[in-house]
Amino acid sequence: MAIFKDGSIGQSDRSAWDRKRHRQLVEEAIKKNMGDIIAEESIIGQSKNKKIKIPIKGLKEYQFVYGKNNGGTASGSGQEQKGQVIGKVKEDQQGGEPGQAGNDAGEDIYETEITIDELIGYLFEDLKLPDMERKKFAQIEAERKFKRSGIQRKGIPPRLNKKRTLMEKIKREKISCRERVAEELDDNERVPFREEDLRYWRVKEDTRRHSNAVVICIMDTSGSMDQTKKYLARSFYFLLYQFVLWKYEQVEVVFIAHTTEAKEVTEDEFFHRGEAGGTYISSGYAKALTIIEERYNPEVWNIYTFHCSDGDNWSNDNDKAVELAAQLCLICNLFGYGEIMGNYGYGSTIRREYERRVKADNFVTVTMGKKEDVWPAFKQILDKESAAGGDQ
Amino acid sequence: MREYALRELEYWNDRIEELVAKAGLTCFDQYFETVSYEDMLCYGAYVGMPSHYPHWSYGKSYERQKSFYQYNLSGLPYEMVINSDPCIAYLMRDNTLLLQILTIAHVYGHNDFFRNNRLFKRDTRPDMTVEMFKTHANRVRQYNNDPSIGAEKVERILDAAHALRFQVCRYGEGRLPDKKQLAEEADIPVPERLQEDLLAFLAERSQLAEWERDLINIVREETLYFIPQMETKIMNEGWASYWHYQLLNQLELPQGLHLEFLQRHNLVIRPHQGRINPYFIGFKMFEYLSKQADGANKIMSIRAEERDQSFLRRYLNQELCEQLHLFNYAVSGEDIVVDEVADEEGWRKVRDTFVNSIGLGAIPIIRPRSVDKGTLVLEHVYDGRELELNYAKETLKYVAELWGAKVELCTRMEEQEKVLVCTSDKFISMYDGGRL
Repeated sequence: MAIFKDGSIGQSDRSAWDRKRHRQLVEEAIKKNMGDIIAEESIIGQSKNKKIKIPIKGLKEYQFVYGKNNGGTASGSGQEQKGQVIGKVKEDQQGGEPGQAGNDAGEDIYETEITIDELIGYLFEDLKLPDMERKKFAQIEAERKFKRSGIQRKGIPPRLNKKRTLMEKIKREKISCRERVAEELDDNERVPFREEDLRYWRVKEDTRRHSNAVVICIMDTSGSMDQTKKYLARSFYFLLYQFVLWKYEQVEVVFIAHTTEAKEVTEDEFFHRGEAGGTYISSGYAKALTIIEERYNPEVWNIYTFHCSDGDNWSNDNDKAVELAAQLCLICNLFGYGEIMGNYGYGSTIRREYERRVKADNFVTVTMGKKEDVWPAFKQILDKESAAGGDQ
Repeated sequence: MREYALRELEYWNDRIEELVAKAGLTCFDQYFETVSYEDMLCYGAYVGMPSHYPHWSYGKSYERQKSFYQYNLSGLPYEMVINSDPCIAYLMRDNTLLLQILTIAHVYGHNDFFRNNRLFKRDTRPDMTVEMFKTHANRVRQYNNDPSIGAEKVERILDAAHALRFQVCRYGEGRLPDKKQLAEEADIPVPERLQEDLLAFLAERSQLAEWERDLINIVREETLYFIPQMETKIMNEGWASYWHYQLLNQLELPQGLHLEFLQRHNLVIRPHQGRINPYFIGFKMFEYLSKQADGANKIMSIRAEERDQSFLRRYLNQELCEQLHLFNYAVSGEDIVVDEVADEEGWRKVRDTFVNSIGLGAIPIIRPRSVDKGTLVLEHVYDGRELELNYAKETLKYVAELWGAKVELCTRMEEQEKVLVCTSDKFISMYDGGRL
């Protein structure tokens, strides 16, 4: 006779410990492959709490298995003919369940969800920046504000708290009322405000650390910047943005696209619009200087300007570009130039010009050729940033 | 709320049990537990044993199944049956009444198979199953909590042992030898007993602490417990499907339930294009065999005597091959190409390829060949199928981890003898075998 039982309702979570350990191992794997992951990411200005899905190749449980390029047996529709092609071997499918044709779902990839914040947490944890440093940056500019905080008996007329004053008066009125009843006197006497009723706002000086920052992304969108190059630039800007966001409370982003002339554009246009034509790098810098002058006073704003280009500048523009770059260095916390290397193995003229002629401490050049280069390049920038930040 | 109660399940179970007895199936006592889908996921992750020892891979398996389930990439099994006495089965609480009835009938099929099949009778101790998993878990936890060992070291051994978990003796009980035999074997580098049992070889012959050996043996014992299930997947599922179909047809279900039954049944036993669905193959074969002369008795003895490989080799004939639309495929460049179909000339080839690729046939045999100045030499028993190189490299590191010194693996790649070498500090290299 079979026994039936209504199983475990609300039993303790058996798998919790193993899930936690697995999660730990995944996190370790994420940290190890951070460079890869951030280059996959394609978001700028997304909400911090947004869950992004990152496909993590599951922690593989290796065993001896047969490769995918071995045949096997399967059931079909009965229409199969010898020599008929029924599918493709996918290159990334390795060691799934053996004995199945290449179209199975046995691959060991699944998505793990982490928030951008967590990702950034891993990122900067990896950099081992001391927390002190973060504070220093956050307190560059101080701003004073006055804030109401509590009540006091003395004060100046503009800070009179009418509601509390009235309440005090009513209190006194009621007390005297009761006394009158007790003494059987007429209780219709008018009660005026008195000095002792008056209440004032106490005011506290609120020193707010000024923490506005603006990231100015300048990108060469001329014909020679193809999608791959833009993609690298984008990964880079994502990191820069996240880093600045991590240090300052309020961060604005400005996108400037330039060919021979520069325009301020939206994020979408910035990354997706492609244009033909030549390149005047100076136009982008001039635009940035104008925007800074109009909207971001260097006294109040921390300015991070970064320019990505393949360095394919028209040579008659080089002098002007160098001159404007030097100007940008004067007013920015950091000004960087990222050269996306193309098929040419050597750097461009403009980069050499920069390296030779721009002598500011807060100027940095990096080069990137493939997505693995993004993270090291970014670290290089941060080293510079930490060094330059010390002077401010 | 469910629209049926446990009492209702008991009612249907009683009727099914009657039919089971009439059909001549002999089962262990049956124990059903209804569980939520979270519990089902959990049982799934822990091979049906909530008392299983802890390891992160089970957490991974849980997460993976859960996300697959949530994204609707895969359903959950309707049931889960454990080879134990009494036989334990989990029924998913959210299933419809019909699914539960179908599942109950299906479970009795498995139960009878566990009790009567030769492999299970010889190689497993169903009365000890639950105990075995519990004592394993206790030992692992004890090592985890031992201040001189700790979870990290335990994990290191379990990771390595899991990587080699199927490299055990495939046939026979794999009993550990007595002292006399051990003494006789002491001077032989790779005694015969260990030639097909890499895991036992490493446990016995590596420089390991006693608790490390014990962990390897825990993993090995678990594999030995599961081998009969791996070796009879098609028969076992076929048998259970054959019987749920017979039993439900005899139940005279109300029309609504009967329609749902046919629908569900057909889903379960449908062929998977380009793959092998063991339910489909097994069901069709038992159905075919039962219709032959003296079929009813014959299938009873088949379920008792055979394993998948012998079952297919003996009973998969040309007619069945054609009915099942079986074909062979090969990989040519990027393409998967049909290279043999089940016709007059081809069906034997199809059958043979099929036979060689199921159960443990899907897992390469890696065996210890010799020990040469401290270097362990392994051999891949090459049968025309190549190893996945990347996996082989990573797995070899685990062998070196347990062995504690250099390990070599002889195999074939692209018609060439190759030797994979893993040094004790996990540096991997490969060279042509001729140079050895």
